[in-house]
Amino acid sequence: MSAPFGKLPGWVEYGLIPLINLVFAFLVAGLVVLLVGESPLRAASLLIQGAFGYGEGIGFTLYYATNFIFTGLAVAVAFHCGLFNIGGEGQAYIGGLGVALACLAFDGIFPWYLTFVVAIAGSAFFGAAWAFIPGYLQAKRGSHIVITTIMFNFIASSVMVFMLVDVLKPIGSMAPQTRTFTEGGELPKLDWLMSIFGLDIGGAPFNVSFLLALVCCVLVWLLIWRTKFGYEMRTMGHSPTAARYAGMKEARIIIITMIISGALAGMMALNPIMGDQQRMQLDFVTGAGFVGIAVALMGRSHPAGIIPAAILFGVLYQGGAEISFEMPEISRDMITIIQGLVILFAGALEHMFRPAITAFFSSMQGVGRQTRAAGAGE
Amino acid sequence: MDQAFEILLVTLEGTIRLSVPLILAALAGLFSERSGVFDIGLEGKMLAAAFGGGAAAAVFQSVYMGLGVAILVSLGLALVHGFASITQRGNQIVSGVAINFIALGATVILGQAWFRQGGRTPALTGDARFQAVELPFADALADIPFLGPIYTNLISGHFVLTYFAFAMVPFTWWVLHRTRFGLRLRAVGENPGAVDTAGISVTRMRYLAVICCGILCGIAGAYLSMAVAAGFVKGMTAGKGFIALAALIFAKWRPVNVMFACLLFGFLDALGILLQGQSLPLIGTVPVQFMQALPYVLTVILLAGFIGKAVPPKAGGVPYVKER
Amino acid sequence: MDSLAIELRGIDKSFGAVHANKDINLQVRRGTIHGIIGENGAGKSTLMSILYGFYQADAGDIFIGGDKIVIRDPNVAIEAGIGMVHQHFMLVENFSVLENVMLGAEENAILNKGITRARAELKRLEEEYSLDVNPDAIIEELPVGLQQRVEILKALYRGADILILDEPTGVLTPAEADHLFRILEQLRQQGKTIIFITHKLREIMAITDEVSVMRRGEMVATRKTSETSVEELAELMVGRRVLLRVEKGEAEPKDVQLSVENLTVKDSRGVTMVDNVSLNVRAGEIVGIAGVAGNGQSELLETITGIRRAVSGKVMLCNEPIDVTGEADPADLRKRKMAHVPEDRHHMGLVLAFEENENAILGYHYDPEYLNGPMLNLGSIRRHAQETAEQYDIRPPDVRLKTANFSGGNQQKIVLAREMERDPTVLVIGQPTRGVDVGAIEFIHKRIIEMRDAGKAVLLVSVELDEIRSLSDRILVMFAGRVVGERSPDASESELGLLMAGVEEPMEAAE
Repeated sequence: MSAPFGKLPGWVEYGLIPLINLVFAFLVAGLVVLLVGESPLRAASLLIQGAFGYGEGIGFTLYYATNFIFTGLAVAVAFHCGLFNIGGEGQAYIGGLGVALACLAFDGIFPWYLTFVVAIAGSAFFGAAWAFIPGYLQAKRGSHIVITTIMFNFIASSVMVFMLVDVLKPIGSMAPQTRTFTEGGELPKLDWLMSIFGLDIGGAPFNVSFLLALVCCVLVWLLIWRTKFGYEMRTMGHSPTAARYAGMKEARIIIITMIISGALAGMMALNPIMGDQQRMQLDFVTGAGFVGIAVALMGRSHPAGIIPAAILFGVLYQGGAEISFEMPEISRDMITIIQGLVILFAGALEHMFRPAITAFFSSMQGVGRQTRAAGAGE
Repeated sequence: MDQAFEILLVTLEGTIRLSVPLILAALAGLFSERSGVFDIGLEGKMLAAAFGGGAAAAVFQSVYMGLGVAILVSLGLALVHGFASITQRGNQIVSGVAINFIALGATVILGQAWFRQGGRTPALTGDARFQAVELPFADALADIPFLGPIYTNLISGHFVLTYFAFAMVPFTWWVLHRTRFGLRLRAVGENPGAVDTAGISVTRMRYLAVICCGILCGIAGAYLSMAVAAGFVKGMTAGKGFIALAALIFAKWRPVNVMFACLLFGFLDALGILLQGQSLPLIGTVPVQFMQALPYVLTVILLAGFIGKAVPPKAGGVPYVKER
Repeated sequence: MDSLAIELRGIDKSFGAVHANKDINLQVRRGTIHGIIGENGAGKSTLMSILYGFYQADAGDIFIGGDKIVIRDPNVAIEAGIGMVHQHFMLVENFSVLENVMLGAEENAILNKGITRARAELKRLEEEYSLDVNPDAIIEELPVGLQQRVEILKALYRGADILILDEPTGVLTPAEADHLFRILEQLRQQGKTIIFITHKLREIMAITDEVSVMRRGEMVATRKTSETSVEELAELMVGRRVLLRVEKGEAEPKDVQLSVENLTVKDSRGVTMVDNVSLNVRAGEIVGIAGVAGNGQSELLETITGIRRAVSGKVMLCNEPIDVTGEADPADLRKRKMAHVPEDRHHMGLVLAFEENENAILGYHYDPEYLNGPMLNLGSIRRHAQETAEQYDIRPPDVRLKTANFSGGNQQKIVLAREMERDPTVLVIGQPTRGVDVGAIEFIHKRIIEMRDAGKAVLLVSVELDEIRSLSDRILVMFAGRVVGERSPDASESELGLLMAGVEEPMEAAE
């Protein structure tokens, strides 16, 4: 993830370049819409309309964004340590076990806020445990973390099918899902929050786990830029030789980073399970773990970038649903394309426009006085 | 006894059927990765090819058009990956992830727009689909005890692409070890500096490797939508690209090992289907999911260095920059 | 035998601000072994890379056998009969000898014929030049000397008439080097032309017919080997430089603070990098280690500071052992008051993407002064960075600026400030002024002397001989992993130059 050090002003580095990458991703996506025979402009207006046009839409947008904040943070934390955790999907899936077990055990005894606490701990623990193994194998045995986390996604999928079909499914039920939780396993909606802005979220499952996601953003920011461990993580990520020089324990840092990353991914499970369905179903993650990669890349691995990037994908998910309503040709899968394009342009091709932009800015300003990367290290 | 033999035959036949796309995709990955370009986008390329093949075969009612388009589609994505990882020196993993998503989304969107069958392409019949090939005397020999059924059911009666896939294994080995192209390909994945100083273009070699990868993934995709199935179905690769990747690692990037790894993983798959709901003596019911997860678990165990060591090509994943 | 194999006229090459080759003229006669000698960074490798088509010269002409040619890429060079044996072998390690030799010269798309021919040709070459090596052996299983032989075979297989060897003995044992010399001798007798690049005078004297000396990007002299002496070459190589005046009084050495006994370090390939080295550094003295880069100085520093593991030996810091063969830990050594200014500030001493203040605590980030429990105490960190930035005149004095945006001299000051201001007992410094502007050099030198006068034990490694001479109270010279001599800073340049070039007894070698 290392970038050459071009002397670009902060707003270009963290604003303009991601924006240009995003614009290209959307231009290509627009081409696909054209290919399908619809108008990209109308699709765009439907998208905005569906995501922001009314209270329920906004509620759904933020509900989806909640998922992506968690998974985006998970990927970002690993990025800072130079690790590519593709396993967010599996970690979130396994994290669901923690939520489900907590709810199944306590929903009849505890009020929601107590169950919530147990579920947070459970989801974080299960997600972390699932990430610990690839982390450990990378640190101690040199197994490539990209490959192991991919493998663990599939293993997680099998484990969860097994758990839902053979273990957690109530007797006599056919559907591979847990029983529906009672009130103690149900997170309150944030309708009151939205009503402050005069919005009615209607049936949207926008719930308190959104607040937890925001808290996690703050905590991750603190972790990365305000703690000793975050400092060590970033040193490792930028320069493993400098980390060795400074006497940091590489293996320990890798393992702990993966545990934190996995815990964040695991907590994503709270939102759909406790916040929406009140039960755990098959495939409840629905790709959120992978969206996290796009979100982290676009958000430059910074919580302040991840929140808008997550909301953008929330918009795509919710607005996309709206589009497919109006334009049956364009289903939700359009989002998957855009997600891929964002990853391509903001990730794999991130350097493509940089030389031109750098040349442009160095010709604009004599010697860059604005070298200070505004907000870069915050 | 007879019944057991029959079950065995059916399982082995299933093993072959299930392992073909794995073999093709894993060999595709082998070309790319032996040249130093990691490719986790096998799944996406295969999926896109399956769609392109299914669609073109349906439209043109021609299996050859289908195969050609499948290859072209996969090739296009392979070149995108090449451009990102060779020319732009971008992150190869990120590029692979991107391609998987683009393929996953685009196949459904375009499929729905063009055919309006819920993401399927029209069912292929007649000339638009690959037909099973009966080898000579398959009928005549069927009655010979033991060997007859093996010949008739196991060796004969597969698709052309099946024979092609198995032929590709020794061919790939031959290309890698007995041709100039193979020598240079292996060299560029181990020490691109050596290739460069020998006056060979590293970029050109890697692009060629990525092109080979694209072609083979295209054929793998065509097999899925035009041979085993009569048309494309949304998400029909279902992780096969990743199993192939696992097989490639499990095989330590060697062609013949690739075949055995794919047969093993195909066998586990076939066995899983066979054992579904069956109770085994001593063990009881084996959950299907266990069989499904086994390839991945085995690969992780291998990667952890507990059964041998999987050493990837030395220059893999690293863009080549001429040193000062 | 008097025709020219190679002639270079006015070759000029710059990399950005670095002028690597300045108007180079060189004539190499056919059938001779022509040595090119010079210190690190003198521009030898760049010149040869231009000749081999790896880089294009900014100006100048190349003539091969009297014909002017433009060498666009290595292919052209190979076609013109130039072969190169790189310092770091360009071999595919898991390939056989045969495969390596054939790579790029396979003849046919299918290897069969080529293999047969290559086998025969290898056999012929083996016999002709006594370059015996099993064609089916796998490279990584061969000792380094044989690997090098494969590189030579590769060049000969391509029909090279002109062979360039870049620091070929750097990785060889003395016995292997002797064998190489015999091979080269034989090649010359067969009419091949050989360009032999080295910094080792003894090798020049031993096998070359003519020798050209490079210094700081310029070709300063060409001599017939028989008509020159090691003393003259050493002087030409090192040059009569104006010694940087550093004001310093007499050293007042006290107790030994750092002692190294019989330290041996091998690299990952098992090549001995530090060979049975012993040395002492006392409080209040600067011990300088002179030597051409790559003679084990880096490994010595990294081992003493706990970054690299030793095979055997003992290191004592203030009479307490450092577990250099086992668990030595840089963090722990810092707590024990050993400070380390690493040779490579870009990859080791600094994280260029960090803000200045973040680099000001690298390695000391565990210090409670900078922490509130698990949290960083940014106020304290930045205040501290601000103070040291002023003390060490780090410009601009903006501790929030990204480190990559500081000049080389100021980056180095960031490292020095961090390592010096914590009152260490032992200070280990590698290349204190590499890539640093002249103004900063003086400042840095002054600080190092101040550390000595404050009673610190300073171990200094530099490839800049005048830096070593002007700062050190005692000079050790390293060559091929060993300390080959100790001299006072008053020793003459040529005396030190001879030691650095591996001539241990100057008188004998001069015969």
